[in-house]
Amino acid sequence: MARINLDHIRHAYGPNPKKPSDYSLKEVHHEWNDGGAYALLGPSGCGKTTLLNIISGLLQPSEGKILFDGKDVTNLSTQDRNIAQVFQFPVIYDTMTVYDNLAFPLRNRHVPEAEVDRRVKEIIEMIGLSDRAKKRAQGLTADQKQKISLGRGLVRSDVSAILFDEPLTVIDPHMKWVLRSQLKRLHKQFGFTMVYVTHDQTEALTFADKVVVMYDGEIVQIGTPAELFEKPKHTFVGYFIGSPGMNVLPARIDGSSVDLDGQKVALSFAPKIAAGAKTELGIRPEFVRLGREGMPVTISKVEDIGRQKIVRASFANRPIAIVVHEDGEIPAEPKITFDPNAINIYANSWRVGGEA
Amino acid sequence: MEKTWNNKAWFMVLPVLVLVAFSAVIPLMTVVNYSVQDTFGNNEFFWAGTDWFIQVLQSDRFWDALTRNLIFSAIILTIEIPLGILIALNMPKTGFGVPVCLVLMSLPLLIPWNVVGTIWQVFGRVDIGLLGYTLAALGINYNYVNNVFDAWVTLIVMDIWHWTSLVVLLCYAGLVSIPDAYYQAAKIDGASRWAVFRYIQLPKMKRVLLIAFLLRFMDSFMIYTEPFVVTGGGPGNATTFLSIDLVKTAIGQFDLGPAAALSLIYFLIILLLSWIFYTVMTNSDAQS
Repeated sequence: MARINLDHIRHAYGPNPKKPSDYSLKEVHHEWNDGGAYALLGPSGCGKTTLLNIISGLLQPSEGKILFDGKDVTNLSTQDRNIAQVFQFPVIYDTMTVYDNLAFPLRNRHVPEAEVDRRVKEIIEMIGLSDRAKKRAQGLTADQKQKISLGRGLVRSDVSAILFDEPLTVIDPHMKWVLRSQLKRLHKQFGFTMVYVTHDQTEALTFADKVVVMYDGEIVQIGTPAELFEKPKHTFVGYFIGSPGMNVLPARIDGSSVDLDGQKVALSFAPKIAAGAKTELGIRPEFVRLGREGMPVTISKVEDIGRQKIVRASFANRPIAIVVHEDGEIPAEPKITFDPNAINIYANSWRVGGEA
Repeated sequence: MEKTWNNKAWFMVLPVLVLVAFSAVIPLMTVVNYSVQDTFGNNEFFWAGTDWFIQVLQSDRFWDALTRNLIFSAIILTIEIPLGILIALNMPKTGFGVPVCLVLMSLPLLIPWNVVGTIWQVFGRVDIGLLGYTLAALGINYNYVNNVFDAWVTLIVMDIWHWTSLVVLLCYAGLVSIPDAYYQAAKIDGASRWAVFRYIQLPKMKRVLLIAFLLRFMDSFMIYTEPFVVTGGGPGNATTFLSIDLVKTAIGQFDLGPAAALSLIYFLIILLLSWIFYTVMTNSDAQS
C-alpha cells in the first residue's frame, strides 16, 4: 500500500505536442492518499484510462513524475511498481483452471506454494467460485470471468494500489451491486489504495470516499460525493453528476442580483466576476420549488420515476428540470422559486465563490 | 406469414451438386472403376476384384515410397510449424513494417509450384547455381543429383522456403486478434515472456495452428511438382514419393489398374491421418 503522487503529469499520444489540445491528459498534479478509495469519473474519452495506465506503468507520461511513497517510479516497469489492475473486459487464461488463474500473479512472483494456496483459497471463497476451482476457466459467464479478473487483482496482499478500469461494465446490474459492495468491504478490511475508473456516477458515488471528476483531459473537481452534488466547481460537474443534471441558465449578474432573461433572482452574496466573462446560474432540479408563487414557468412534460416526478418545463425561454416529490401537486398556473442556498454562480463555466 | 413446405429448396443445391459431381465424384468413381478391373486395348475390361489392391500393398515399392512420404512430412512439420510461430511472434504489429513483412511473406506463396522447382533446380546446380557454386567454392561437397542426403536437404529447404510463410501468415492472423488487454493484464500479473506465449499467445493461436498443421501435412504428403522438377525422384528412387510413383505407374507404365488402386489407398491414408490429427488436436481441447 502506498501514497501516490502525480507530479505535474501530462500526456500526449502523438509526438511533439505543442498546443494544449495536443495533450490527451492536461496537467495533473495530485496526491492519492494511502488507503484511500478514489473514483475517477468522467465521460468516455476524457483521459481517465490514460491517467490510470500512467499510474500502473503501462504508459509512460510525456511529462512529469510519479512517486510511490515519495520514491520516483516514473521509469519503473509495471512489474516493478507492484500494482494490480483490473480491466474493462475480463482477461482470463482459459487454458488454466480457475485456481491456477488466481495463483498466476503469485507464482510469477515466486511466492511459496503454501502461501499461494492460502491466498487463492481465500479469494476464491470470496468471489464464490470454489466449486469451479479445479475446472478450466472456459465457458464461464461474463461476470464469473470478471470475478476471476478481480480476484487476480486482489490475490496479492502486498500491492501498492489496485486500479480498476470500468470493471463492472460487462456485469449485469444485480451482480454489479453485489460486487461493488464486496469491493467496498475489502477496502475496509485490507485498506488498499484503490482507484476506480468509471463513467457511471452511481458507481463512483457509492464506491469512493473521494470522487475525481475529469473532463476533456483535466481534473475539474476532487471532492466527496456531497461536495460534488452541492457545490459543483464546474458546470460540467453539475451537469454530469445528478440525474437529471443541474440546470444551467445564462444569467446577467449585477452586484448581488441576477437577471435571467427578465426574471430577477436575489443572491445572498455578490460574486466577483471579471469583466467580459460568460456568466451562468446553476441550480439543481432538487432545489427548484414548484408552487403558486415566484417566477412563471410553462410545463411541457412530467416524468414519473417512482419516488419522485421530474417536471420538464420552460423557464425564461430555457428548458429547466424540476424534481417534485411523488405526492407533490402541480398547480394549474405553475411558478417556481430557487432555494437561495443552493444557487451556484459560474463565470466562464467555473464556479465563483459564494462562501465569502 | 404462412410457411409453405415443399422440396423446392433442393433446386438451390443442385448447381453445387452438379459441380461437385463433375469435379470430384465422377472422376473418383472412374478411378474406382479402374481399380477393380483389368483394362486392355479396345476398351476391353475384365473384373479383377481386389487383385490390384493386394498387389500394391504387397509391393516394396509402395511401402518404400510411403515411408519416404511419412519421413518427409514429419521433417517438414517439425521445422515449419515452430519456425512459422517464431517468425510470426517477431513480426511487427503496427507501423510501416507490417505491409512490408506481409508482402515479403506472401511472395513465395504466389510462385507457381513448377517455377519453385525450377528456381531451386537451377539455384542448386554446382556449375551455374548460386547455392551450388558457392558451396562448391567453400569446399563443401554438395550435389543433389548424385547424393541422396543432398537431394533430401535441397527438397526440405525448398519446401521450408516455399511454405513456412503460410504458417507465418496464419499464426500472425491469430496473434493480431489478441486484444491488448491480455498483454497488459499479463504485465500486471508479472508474467514472463514464456508465460505470455504459453498461456496467452499459444492458446489463441490454437485454431489457426490446427489449420496450418493440417494444410501443411496434406500438401507435403501429396508433394509432386517440386521433387519431380528438381530431382525427378532420384538419385535412384531416393526421392520417389507416392505421388511420383503413382504418375510413373499410371502414365509411364500405363498400368491403370494398379495406379487406380494406389490412388485410392493414397487418398484413404491422407483422409485417415488428417482425421486422426484433427481428432487428437481438438480432443485435447475438450478434455478437462
